Amino acid sequence: MNNFLLLPIIIPFFFAMILMFGQKKIAFQRITTLLGLVISIVCSLGLVLNVYENGPQIVTFGNWPVPFGITMVSDLLSALLVLTTLILAFFIVWYGFGSIGKDREQFFYYPGVMFILTGVNGAFTTGDIFNLFVFFEVLLMASYLLIVLGGEKAQLQESIKYILVNVISSALFVITVAYLYSVVGTLNMADISLKIADIQQPGILTVIAVLFLLVFGMKAAIFPLYFWLPSAYAAPPIPVLALFGALLTKVGVYAITRTYTLFFTHDLAFTHEILLILSIITIIAGCIGALAHFDVKQIIIYNIVIAVGVILFGVAQMNETALEGAIFYLIHDMIIKAALFMLIGIVIYVTGTTNLRKMGGLMQTYPALGWFFLIAALGLVGVPPLSGFIGKLLIVQGGFEAGNTWSSIFILASSVAVLLSVMRIFIYAFWGEQGQLSSDVQKSKYNTLFLPTVLLVVLSIFYGLGTEWLTPFMGDAAKLLSDPSIYTDAVMKGGE
Amino acid sequence: MEIVMAFVCGFLFMAAIYLILSRSLLRVIIGTGLLSHGAHLLILTMGSFKGSSPPVLSGHDASDFVDPLPQALILTAIVISFGVTAFFLVLAYRAYHELKTDDLSLMKGSEEHE
Repeated sequence: MNNFLLLPIIIPFFFAMILMFGQKKIAFQRITTLLGLVISIVCSLGLVLNVYENGPQIVTFGNWPVPFGITMVSDLLSALLVLTTLILAFFIVWYGFGSIGKDREQFFYYPGVMFILTGVNGAFTTGDIFNLFVFFEVLLMASYLLIVLGGEKAQLQESIKYILVNVISSALFVITVAYLYSVVGTLNMADISLKIADIQQPGILTVIAVLFLLVFGMKAAIFPLYFWLPSAYAAPPIPVLALFGALLTKVGVYAITRTYTLFFTHDLAFTHEILLILSIITIIAGCIGALAHFDVKQIIIYNIVIAVGVILFGVAQMNETALEGAIFYLIHDMIIKAALFMLIGIVIYVTGTTNLRKMGGLMQTYPALGWFFLIAALGLVGVPPLSGFIGKLLIVQGGFEAGNTWSSIFILASSVAVLLSVMRIFIYAFWGEQGQLSSDVQKSKYNTLFLPTVLLVVLSIFYGLGTEWLTPFMGDAAKLLSDPSIYTDAVMKGGE
Repeated sequence: MEIVMAFVCGFLFMAAIYLILSRSLLRVIIGTGLLSHGAHLLILTMGSFKGSSPPVLSGHDASDFVDPLPQALILTAIVISFGVTAFFLVLAYRAYHELKTDDLSLMKGSEEHE
């Protein structure tokens, strides 16, 4: 019994409640939020080290014996994701000081951010499938608030569709959990894994596996279900977009990874084949979108879809190499997407437009911005010393090991499309004739935007260079994913 | 009893999908309400209807009770869908004021759309 793993969930929740008071005092709101985030980051750092040394940490609420109470499980994958989430939130909140605007700051923007972190961290940590649904709802409720906050016409229009899609997927989630419960008679994820192994996954469980893919795929934006994402994410302001783009789809990806490595591992030829095919089509759809648009926001948003495809391709291989690659790539993508959205936000701020055709020549006026954008873009594609490389390498290597030669080569080829899509931004916005420039760029505001962005890009560079030190963590996390018995043993023992 | 419930759930889902596919925002919201009702009934059915004694009290035949867990799940799910529906209604009202329409087919595209 170790309650420590609950701190990264409870601290943001506690600070969100404090932030509900004194909504008009911006200084108080900012300082309290940053303080809460720093404390949570320290706690989650301690949690990662603790889990690395002592194995998965378990808490059972109310001291019920394990399969009956709600269990929270922090294994290395969830601890690392919680840490990444909090660090990104810190930079995004800092960045928001310069761009979110006084009206939103005075109207529950910061509590919204803290509540969304509560939901995201909870979803990463929970070991109970119904509790996962509850944490999904917590983060969705906060995301409804953040997407509509400000009440611009585009926001209202898009948030209606966003809420509708998520309400339907939540109803499907409840239905799927009901089906699963009627078959295995338990909600504890470790127990479900054991029960499914006992009955050797008959056909009905394969149906449930596909339903789960549908539910989580709607959140993760995989191929036939990503249609809502581009327009909905384009509506809110940049810091909210960065928060959503970096965190929300990744919760869906995490949920697919968890269920497909822990529960449905007995009929790989069917379930993981579907996942593989869908991930390939997701990448194609994302590439088409990213290359077709001339709107900088849309290009990066479609890159989220591509990355989801790449990570799920790694998960679909179901061997340790590819899973390690998927974890590397997942965390890389969270960092680099947040950084890219923040860079795009600066570009939009200094030019006053999102249309690439109107931009140009920023390299003369803002050289530093240009160079950092180039580094982030190359990091996204996975040019060797930078952060995307090792993840993609391991995913492709795992793909070859699993015998999926052509699809692995396809993943490599898709990097070219990704490169092209971000280089188009670079070429159009930074090279050539001087394009449109916004007339009211304040130097101090620009610096508030620029500093956290630079630090985040530097962080992503270190993530790439520090692969050597990160490998033991990622390796352990992948070992747990490829061998569910480590997870189930830890949980079953943990309650006593 | 399960067969009857299956038909009731199916009917609720059918009505919900019909309403969600309509243009009027208010009908869509009522549709989402029906959809979650259908889902809740489904959970109730999944707990089965056998058993006659109260589940937790001792002094009864321990094998003859309904599984209480699905009912706890429904309670949670009802509260959540209640909250979401309330938020959705407020949002719909505000959107109607700002956009001057409740027709979903008119709510697409934007001024800067290419």
